[in-house]
Amino acid sequence: MTLSISRAHVNAILEQSRREYPDEACGVILGPIGKDHPGRLKPMINAAHSPTFYEFDPKDLLALYREIDDNDEEIVVIYHSHTETEAFPSRTDISYAGEPGAHYVLVSTREEIAPATEFRSFRIIDGVVSEESVSISE
Amino acid sequence: MTTAIEVRIPTILRPFTKDQKVVTANGETLSAVISDLDVQYPGIGERLLENGSLRRFINLYVNDEDVRFLGGLEAPVKNGDSITILPAVAGG
Repeated sequence: MTLSISRAHVNAILEQSRREYPDEACGVILGPIGKDHPGRLKPMINAAHSPTFYEFDPKDLLALYREIDDNDEEIVVIYHSHTETEAFPSRTDISYAGEPGAHYVLVSTREEIAPATEFRSFRIIDGVVSEESVSISE
Repeated sequence: MTTAIEVRIPTILRPFTKDQKVVTANGETLSAVISDLDVQYPGIGERLLENGSLRRFINLYVNDEDVRFLGGLEAPVKNGDSITILPAVAGG
């Protein structure tokens, strides 16, 4: 499996992650159902406002699902940042992961690798994490 | 008289409902609706409840209102109401 994503989306996610540091940043990329194509990036508010946790507000979550239903879209990518650890799903990430069809993207803005960043993609299905390659189009 | 409640099922729970996106169930409280769902689709109840409480990984809404503000499992429902089940999007 591979995540194919545009450079503009990658940059937007990294910029949001730096901007919201030290809180974790989060959001989704939506696309037409069944195409596995990340089309429309939608930053979400981290209702937890925390450096170690992220959560979509339940109201925002419902509005998001209503919106994608209305537009015949699906969630292609769910992304969030890790501020002090590597870009790999934490135990909490795995226990919450509820979209078996989504690419779970993690970025890391931790200081020890700055100004470099990490951008990695995973599938999380039934508690099992599989990393996949990321193909960035310019 | 029985009640008919529409329940919207998220992708992750559709293996229980034979891939149906929307199902109907009966009950006068959220708790009763979940019990009825579990009779119709065995196993789904356990994915929604843990030790008799709503799981924190799951968000439930009655007519677009978060059930946490409606009395949780005791939230009353009536004929024609719509329940939406969504997995929380969260992590560490």
